[in-house]
Amino acid sequence: MGRAPGVPLLVCAFRGSPQSPRDVAAHVGAAWGEAPCPVLVVDRHGALVRLNRAARSLLPRACDGDRLDGIAPAWLSDAHRHVVEGTPGAPSGPLTGAIDERVFEAHPSPSTDGDVVWWLVDDTDRRRAEQALHHAQERSGVLAEASSRLLSTLNVPRCMEETAAMAAEHLAEAAVLVAPPHGRRHTLTYARRGGPVSQVTWKIDPFSVHGLSEALQGFPPVPARWIDPHGIPDWLLPEGFTEPPGSVIIAPLPGHGVPAGALVLLRSGTERTFSDGEEAFARLFAARAGAALSAARLYTEQAAITATLMRELLPPTLERVHGVEYAAGYRPAKDHERVGGDFYDFHPGADPDQETVVVLGDVAGKGLDAAVLTGKIRNTLHALLPLAADHQQVLTLLNGALLTSHHARFATLVLASVRRQGGHVRARLTSAGHLPPLIVRTNGEVEQVPTRGTLVGALPAVSAQTVEATLAPGETCLLYTDGITEARGGPLGDEFFGEARLRRALAECAGMPAEAVVERVQMLAAQWLGGGRHDDMAVLAISAPKNGPLSVVGGEPSQIRRSR
Amino acid sequence: MSQVAQAAPHRERLWDAVVAGDEYAGVAVVQEALTAGLDAEAVLLDVIAPVQEKVGEEWAADRIGVAVEHAATAVNERVVAAVAHRAAGGADRAPRGRVTVGCVDGEWHAFPSRLVAEVLRLRGWRVDYLGGQTPTPHLIAHLHHTDPQAVLLSGSLPTRLPAAHTAITACQAVGVPVLAGGRAFGRDGEHARALGADAWAPDARGAADVLARGLPRPAPAAVRQVVDDLPHLADQEYTLVVHSRGQLVKQTLVDLEDRFPAVRSYSDVQRERTAEDVAHIVDFLACALYVDDPEVFSAFLTWTAGILEARGVPARSLSAGLDLLAARLHDFPRASRLLDEGSRALAARPGDLAAGPGTRV
Repeated sequence: MGRAPGVPLLVCAFRGSPQSPRDVAAHVGAAWGEAPCPVLVVDRHGALVRLNRAARSLLPRACDGDRLDGIAPAWLSDAHRHVVEGTPGAPSGPLTGAIDERVFEAHPSPSTDGDVVWWLVDDTDRRRAEQALHHAQERSGVLAEASSRLLSTLNVPRCMEETAAMAAEHLAEAAVLVAPPHGRRHTLTYARRGGPVSQVTWKIDPFSVHGLSEALQGFPPVPARWIDPHGIPDWLLPEGFTEPPGSVIIAPLPGHGVPAGALVLLRSGTERTFSDGEEAFARLFAARAGAALSAARLYTEQAAITATLMRELLPPTLERVHGVEYAAGYRPAKDHERVGGDFYDFHPGADPDQETVVVLGDVAGKGLDAAVLTGKIRNTLHALLPLAADHQQVLTLLNGALLTSHHARFATLVLASVRRQGGHVRARLTSAGHLPPLIVRTNGEVEQVPTRGTLVGALPAVSAQTVEATLAPGETCLLYTDGITEARGGPLGDEFFGEARLRRALAECAGMPAEAVVERVQMLAAQWLGGGRHDDMAVLAISAPKNGPLSVVGGEPSQIRRSR
Repeated sequence: MSQVAQAAPHRERLWDAVVAGDEYAGVAVVQEALTAGLDAEAVLLDVIAPVQEKVGEEWAADRIGVAVEHAATAVNERVVAAVAHRAAGGADRAPRGRVTVGCVDGEWHAFPSRLVAEVLRLRGWRVDYLGGQTPTPHLIAHLHHTDPQAVLLSGSLPTRLPAAHTAITACQAVGVPVLAGGRAFGRDGEHARALGADAWAPDARGAADVLARGLPRPAPAAVRQVVDDLPHLADQEYTLVVHSRGQLVKQTLVDLEDRFPAVRSYSDVQRERTAEDVAHIVDFLACALYVDDPEVFSAFLTWTAGILEARGVPARSLSAGLDLLAARLHDFPRASRLLDEGSRALAARPGDLAAGPGTRV
């Protein structure tokens, strides 16, 4: 065995020394006795030869001649035996072990006559510091993981599952997240270390658990030592948690002004109880979980409100009705929005003899503000449907309604009243300042419907000219907004899609069903755009079906419609 | 007789119905098939899916026009709806869980994803089908709302692979695993793997099997940046080619006119078609740069050459375009290598039309 690192050189004085160990002091003099670390000289039989002052204060019962295994812990006396016997396979690193409350590294220096000088280097503080650092790193790791796992979801049940699972993994044997009540019911999320996470909604009484009702009401947390683990009811124990709980932490989850719930951490009686440090850390974790849960709740509430308000603004689904095919497509200017300033609406006639009214239009501006006005226009037009025999009158009334509203916006639109007559479809079309509709004939010719009129919502009076068009089977009338023709892009990146290209595209659509025409136009416009910015884009097709009236089918199409 | 063999005659009759644009005849064919004992999944995958595939092949070979192609697809959509409707009236199975089926942002080929959605419904999953053209932000909002067990992401166009990558990482960042499928992700799913998808399946049945085995949730802490998956993107070649797309196309057109005086007498429509072809080359070059796979680019070139020749356009214009682009991009080592390999693939082309990326649909 070589000289242990860190052992003072003077020890080497022993090596090969002919004197007996009892003369050691003579050689090393006071230095040995005054060494700040405990030093023991032990002979080959395990008897103490000498101790220095530091060693005496460490082992106050020890006297010269005592046996080492009588006064020192087994790890040291065993090590001594190994050194003396030269047992192979002794540990290569420094020997360490505890004496009373402190931890020492023991460095042996054997001499030729069999005595061994043991230098004990106190390692306690370094170890404590290392341990503290390790804990701190572990905790910040847990908190970092908590943050990224909790921030990743805005789904409330999921967020609760993640919280409970992480708490069971890092803080306790089992964790239960008690959500704030809905009425008298609470959602409880259970997690057990190594087990599955489960969620139930139950009617519970939080007042039956000391600390739980306080946490759910936003009172300061009740210290863990005040909570009687035997008072934890069965409904607060996850499935598979069979041991009686030995210690409990109930941490409130702070929310946005209102508590976001309570986190119950459980350890069974056979495990050690929660320390103060663990309790403080649990609260730190709970604070993060509470913030994440509150954000998820807020998002969910807002999303629900938006969805409810938006429902009326979303474009309707068009379908084949009374022997005429209708289809439409809409793409708002901003991809993250669902509505914008373009709109269309669809009012099927009460029976095949009644006209079906469709409208497609464009409110100045885009985004939500414009969308709100489209809703108003659609509602107004809906109310004016009984007057739809006279488009001019409808537009005059709509114009009046828009002028008296607080919106400073105007709109352009096309009204169409459509009815099937025999094999053909007749449509009365009126443009109020909007792009005139295009008709695709079966031979691939594309015609513009010559209707024109003034836009609505800007001038005190409006005038418009209604044009009647007839569609033979396989022909389509297309209503569209300028978002299509003004789509900027193409192979060169900066050209408008333009009406000429739209007409060329439509010429290829002769004989296609309405939804295929809509899809084709939308697809070409989208491809033209590439990834570029664009305005709202709406397109609506009215087609006379190629293959005969509904009666051919034996009742199937109504089924098809419903399921689509 | 196996279900596949049993499906063959129905397939032929459905083909006749869809090219005639006859929805009712189409619906009648599948209803007879169901009555004859084919199960709904076999009707969807062994009758309807091959017919839809044939629609694309016949268009590529210029045997049907755009109008017929779109009409046929529309008819097939309704036929799927009829099968789904009839199956929905059947046994009331307990849902196995909830999944979301959608397409890559900007993907127009929604039909394959529709089939997957219906097959999964038949197998007892609760499916939210988002359809084609779903902006990725909507997809993510949907995931926050419903917290599904998986997202099935369908992609046919290789040029949308960067968008697919965005969608995959975004889904995983909210803790939902992604099962990718469709031609864009490569024959063996190599692009799905490169983009970090949790799983890949070659077809609807494979997707259903993967789901049945279960997909573990990705660790949300493992949110990645694009270059974490694709370190080669750090060379900026992809970014620079995408940014200069318009300019590259314009320059290449000018160079084409210089080299081939005949181009100068092109009509506006011809000129635009040529511009579109060059733009497609640049788009696929960018895509190949993104996934760093020359096969993506070569497959597009040979497929396009086939499309052009089926329409009586000689494919040498493609080679010329590649040469001119190579001259413009000589400072880009990866792009130069791709263009070089592309030219060689075009030269070695056996004239294969069978498989390839769909672009000019």
